Order: sequence, then C-alpha cells, then structure tokens
Amino acid sequence: MIVGLLWLLGCQLAGTAIVELTGIPLPGPVVGMLLLFVALVLRRRDGEDDPVIQVGDYFLSHLQLFFIPAGVGVIAYLAVIRDAAVPIVVALVGSWVLGLATVGWVLSLFLRRVPSVAGTEGAPGEEIE
Amino acid sequence: MSVILWLFVTVAAYEFGRWLRARTRSPLAQPVAVAIVIVGTLLAVSGTSYADYADATILISFLLGPATVALAIPLYHQVARLKGMVVPVLVALTAGAVVSMVSGILLVRWLGGGDVLERTMAPKAVTTPVAIELADRLGGYPELSAAFAIVIGIVAAMVAPRVLTLIGIRDPRARGVAVGAVSHGIGTARMLEESRVEGAFSGLAMGLTAVVTCLLVPLVAYLLL
Repeated sequence: MIVGLLWLLGCQLAGTAIVELTGIPLPGPVVGMLLLFVALVLRRRDGEDDPVIQVGDYFLSHLQLFFIPAGVGVIAYLAVIRDAAVPIVVALVGSWVLGLATVGWVLSLFLRRVPSVAGTEGAPGEEIE
Repeated sequence: MSVILWLFVTVAAYEFGRWLRARTRSPLAQPVAVAIVIVGTLLAVSGTSYADYADATILISFLLGPATVALAIPLYHQVARLKGMVVPVLVALTAGAVVSMVSGILLVRWLGGGDVLERTMAPKAVTTPVAIELADRLGGYPELSAAFAIVIGIVAAMVAPRVLTLIGIRDPRARGVAVGAVSHGIGTARMLEESRVEGAFSGLAMGLTAVVTCLLVPLVAYLLL
C-alpha cells in the first residue's frame, strides 16, 4: 500500500520537477503518468499483487471523486453561463461531437490495417471496480 | 470543523451518487454530477463561499494528481496493443484537436458569444489544469475554461458510449482514443468502467491531446483569433 503510494507520488514529484525545470506547458501529473508508464515497461514485473498496480487501480476506480471540488467551481460562473447560454451550450456540445467523431473516424480508417491484438478480451461490460 | 464537514459532505455526496447509479443503472446518474449538484446546493443554502469550500477539500483535489499518474497502469496493461498505433493515434488526435478548437471558436462567434468567450471555449477539450493554462495564454477566463472542461467531461460520461455507437465507431481502441481526446479525465473515468481497453486508450489520448493542443494553440490563435 505505502510502497504503491510512494511510486505514484514519486512519479508526480519527478513530473512536476521536470515541468518546473524545462518550462514545458504540461501539468506535472501528466508527465508523471508518462514516467510511470516507462518505469512499468522497463520493470517488466507483471502481476496483480504489485503494490503500484493495487493502489493505482483503487485510485482509478474512484477517479470521479477527485474532480468534485473543481467541478463545484462551476457554480461561481452561473451568471456568465446564464447570460450567454445559447452560444455556450451549442459550442460546447457541437465542438465536442465534431471532435469526438473526427478522432473516432480518422483512427478507425487506420485501424482497419492494424488488427486488434487479442480478440474480444476487454469487451464492453468488463468491470474493474 | 469546516474542513472535516465539507470533506465528509463531498465523500458522502459521491457515495450517494454511486448508490444512485447502481440503483437506477442510468448513465445519466454520474456520481461526479450528482455530487456537484448536492454540494453546490448545500453551499448556496449555508452561504458558504466556493473559496472556503475549495480550501476545505484541498485533500480531495490533491489526490487527482496521483490518480492521473495511475492512468499509466491501464495503459501498461495494453502495451501489447500499442504496436503500430503511435502514428495513427497522433494523426487522429491532431485532426481532432484542430476540429474541436476551430469549431468551438466559430460556433461561439456565429452565435454572438463574444471574443473572450471564444478564447475561453477553444481549449476546453483538454485536461482541466492545461485548459486553465491555455485559456490564460489566449486571454479567456481560465476558471470558466476549467468549468467548461468539467461540464463537457460529465456530458461525455453520460452519453459518449451511446454517441460513438450511433456514429458507427465500434473498435474499442478508437472509442477510447476519441473520448480521451475531447473529454479528458472524467470521460476516461467512464471509459474505464466500459472496458480496460477503452479506458487505457482514453487515458493515453488524454495525455497526448494535452501535448498536441499546447503545440497547436499558437497556430489556431494566429489564424482565427
């Protein structure tokens, strides 16, 4: 448990340090995610009993919880949102659907040539919680 | 006292949202959305400012950092599936980032939303901390950009799997990447519940989109703003 937490915090710390030193415009935790990925690939020590994987999977099963304080911040902007409700709602949803479809369709075109590696494993409905 | 009160209320509201989702089995009952409504109402009723609430719940906000790092784990489980996909994913994400930013700006402009709102809307598809930074650089409202990012993430959590099926995108890798590209962490949280493949690719897309969008923003701003 503590070892797993240390891995996550260590990668976040390293990511944050890299961002501060190089000035790249990315959040420290996103760089930390890339660092942990590289570390996991290099370690090649598989197994569900790995402390990083146990702690990390638990965190991920409650990812939504961690967005609540930032999300409550929406209430501070209710007046702005009310005043420009139509452009905000249409642009928000419209650009989301267009972006989603563009990425999905472009990638689907490529993927016809790169078949899925392991059949149907991981099909919808497989819960990890 | 107020720290433990609002921590308790936030976690309890989240647990109630989880109970409601299990009970109703409806994708519309996303725990994050249910909790925001409950907590927002309680703040208004009790006359508590958002700044005080944000201070009290800093422990929860802080955990978003290690949780983001943990997104490397589903990605690692899918490492065998990544071969030959780096270039296609980057091409798709670049196209998606351009379409998302340009259409967001133009829709606000055509509907008379104003210049500052265009600059606030442009970076809303990326993960919240990056949206804040990019809106600031563009001259929008950073906090409102974060709010847009969170709202669109919640919308994605509610409807993205159905929309993807509707427009004919069935490959779980393409579904995951598409959601991560335009709906960051909250969309990724939903895709993790759909399947490990979709969740992993959504987390990957979330990270790469942040990079791609940071690189494209100056170009889009030069051409459109």
